[in-house]
Amino acid sequence: MTDLVPFVVAVPIFGSVLAFAAGIARPKTGWPVAAVASLAQVAVAGVLAAATFGAGPARIAYVVGGFETPFGIELVVDGLSATVLVLVAVVSLGVLAYARRAGPRSNAFYAIYMLLVAGLSGMTVTADLFNMYVFLEITGLTAYALVAAGEDSRSTVAALKYLLVGTFGASLFLLGIGYAYVGTGTLNMADLAAKLADADPVLAQAAFALIVVGLFIKVAVFPLHTWQPDAYAGAPDTVSALISALVSTVAAYALLRVVYTVFGAGFLDSTPVARAILIGGAVVSIVAGSLLAVSQSEIKRVLAYSSVSQFGLILAAIAIGNDTALTGAAIHLVGHAVMKGGLFLTAGVVATETGARTIDEFDGLADRSPVAAGAFGVLAVSMVGVPPTVGFAGKWYIAIGAAEAGSWALLAVIVASTLLTLAYFLRLVERMFFRAPATVPADGRSDGAETPASSSTGMYATVVGATVCAVALGFGAFVYSTQMQATLTQLLS
Amino acid sequence: MMEALAAKDYYIASFLLIGIGTYVMIAAGNLVKKVIGMNIFQTGIFLFFIASAYVEGGTPPLLTSETPHVSPVPHVLILTAIVVGVALTAVALGMIVRIYDDYGTLDERTLKEVRSSD
Repeated sequence: MTDLVPFVVAVPIFGSVLAFAAGIARPKTGWPVAAVASLAQVAVAGVLAAATFGAGPARIAYVVGGFETPFGIELVVDGLSATVLVLVAVVSLGVLAYARRAGPRSNAFYAIYMLLVAGLSGMTVTADLFNMYVFLEITGLTAYALVAAGEDSRSTVAALKYLLVGTFGASLFLLGIGYAYVGTGTLNMADLAAKLADADPVLAQAAFALIVVGLFIKVAVFPLHTWQPDAYAGAPDTVSALISALVSTVAAYALLRVVYTVFGAGFLDSTPVARAILIGGAVVSIVAGSLLAVSQSEIKRVLAYSSVSQFGLILAAIAIGNDTALTGAAIHLVGHAVMKGGLFLTAGVVATETGARTIDEFDGLADRSPVAAGAFGVLAVSMVGVPPTVGFAGKWYIAIGAAEAGSWALLAVIVASTLLTLAYFLRLVERMFFRAPATVPADGRSDGAETPASSSTGMYATVVGATVCAVALGFGAFVYSTQMQATLTQLLS
Repeated sequence: MMEALAAKDYYIASFLLIGIGTYVMIAAGNLVKKVIGMNIFQTGIFLFFIASAYVEGGTPPLLTSETPHVSPVPHVLILTAIVVGVALTAVALGMIVRIYDDYGTLDERTLKEVRSSD
C-alpha cells in the first residue's frame, strides 16, 4: 500500500509526457490520453483514501529513494491529504469531460493540464517543506500557462500578472523555508515540528510570517488577491473552473498543513501575532471579497471575488484551530471546489449557448437555458449555505468551531459572510428566474465574438454532476466528520 | 557596529538584492524590466541560502576529507530553485512576446490605454 503513494505524482506526469509525445505523432490525441491518466489517478487516489479511512493505518508514509526519514523526501497520506487528493483527481476528471467539447484542444494543453494535476497532487502528499515549494512552483507554472491558453490576448496579460505576483508569493515561501532551515537544519515537516520548538523564536516567527504571507498570495487573500479576478476572468472557461476549484484550494490546504504540522497549535498559542495574522487576513477577506463581488458586472469576476471571500472563511477556520473548525475547513475546501468549479462551468455553458457573460445578460435565463439556470441556482444557493447542501455543512462546522473557541467576533463575521454571499447571488438568481429576457439578441455586442453554439453531453453531465455533488456531499458531511477525528487528533497533538 | 555589519555582508547584499528586485517589479513600466526585477529578487533569495551554508574552513562533504564538512543541502536546494527560476523566466518572456505581437507595446501604461480603448 505504501508503494502506491508516489504514483499519485508519477501517474499524471506520465500522462502529461504521453499526451505531449502522442501529439508529435498525431494531433488532437491529447484528450483520450489525459482521460485515461485521469481515470488512473482517480483509481489511485480512491484506493489510498479507502486505505486511510478504512481499516488500514491512518497515516501512510513513503520515503522516496530509500533514504531514512529526516533526510529523504517523505510522502504522507493521512485523512486530510487523502481528501484533497480525491478532490483533485475527481475534479480534474470532471473538468476534462467538459473540456472535450469546450476546448482548448491542442495536445500541449492536455500535457500542461496533467502536469498541473501532478503539481497539485504532489503538494498534497509531500511531507517535506522544500519539496512542497517545488510542487508549488510546478502548480504555479502550469497554471500561468493554462491561463494564457485563451484565444484572446486579454488572457496573456492576465497570465503575466498572475506569473509576477505568484512568483513573488512562492519566493517569499522559499525565503521562509530558508529561515526555518537555518533555525533547525531540517526540511522534513515532522522533524521541523520537533526542532522548531528549540529554535531561535525570532527565526521561527520570521519563517512563519514569510511562509504564511507567501501562501496568502497563492490562496488570494485580500489584499493579495489582485492577480486572481483577472486570471479567472481572462482564462478560458475550462481553465477558470479547474484553477478556481483546485489551485487556491490546494494552497489553502498547504497553509493548513504548514501551520499545524510544521509550526503546531502550540506555536499559535505562544505567538499571538501569528494567530492575529490569520484572523486579520480572514476577516478582511470575507468582508472585502464579498463587497467587491457585489460591485462587479461580469459573471466570472463575481465568482472570482466570491472565492476571495470564501477562502477568508477557511482561513478563519485555520485561525480557530479546534477539531470542529478544522473539520469545517476540510469540508468547505471540498465544498467550495465543487461549487465554484461547477459555477464556472455553468457560466461557461451559459456563455456558449446564449453568449451571456454579464449580470444584465442573465435576465430570464431560465427560459433560454433551463438546465444551466437550474444548476446555477442550486450551486448559488449552496454557496450561500442553505441546508442540506455542502456549503451549509462547511459553514456550520466552522461557525460551531468559532463558538466552541469563544471567538464571538469571528462567529459574527462568519454569519455575516452568509448574508454577504446572499447579497451577490440573490441578485443573479432573481434575474435568472423572475425577469423577462432582454429583447436584444446576443449577436449585436462588441464582445460577442463567439457565436451561440450547442453544449455537449459531457458539458451538461459535468455541470449536473457538480450540482448533485454539492447537495449530496452535504448529507455525507456528518459521516465524514467522524472519519476525520483520528487525523485531526494527530494533527493537533 | 561596522564589524558586525561586515561579518554579515552576504546577508546585507542578499536583502539589498531582494529590495531592489521588489522595487523594480513594482516601479518599472516596461514588462521585460519587471521580469528582470523578478530575477534580481530571486537571486537575492538564492544568495541568502548560499550565504547561510558557508562554513569557515569547511571541506567538501566526503568521508575522506577533514572536518568540518559543508552541508551540501542548501546548494542542491538552490540548484533546483535556479532551474525553477529559469523556467519561470522562459514562460514570462514567452507571454511578453505574445503581448507585444498583439498590442505592439511593452509599456504598462500604454498597454492599459490600448486595452481600455478596444
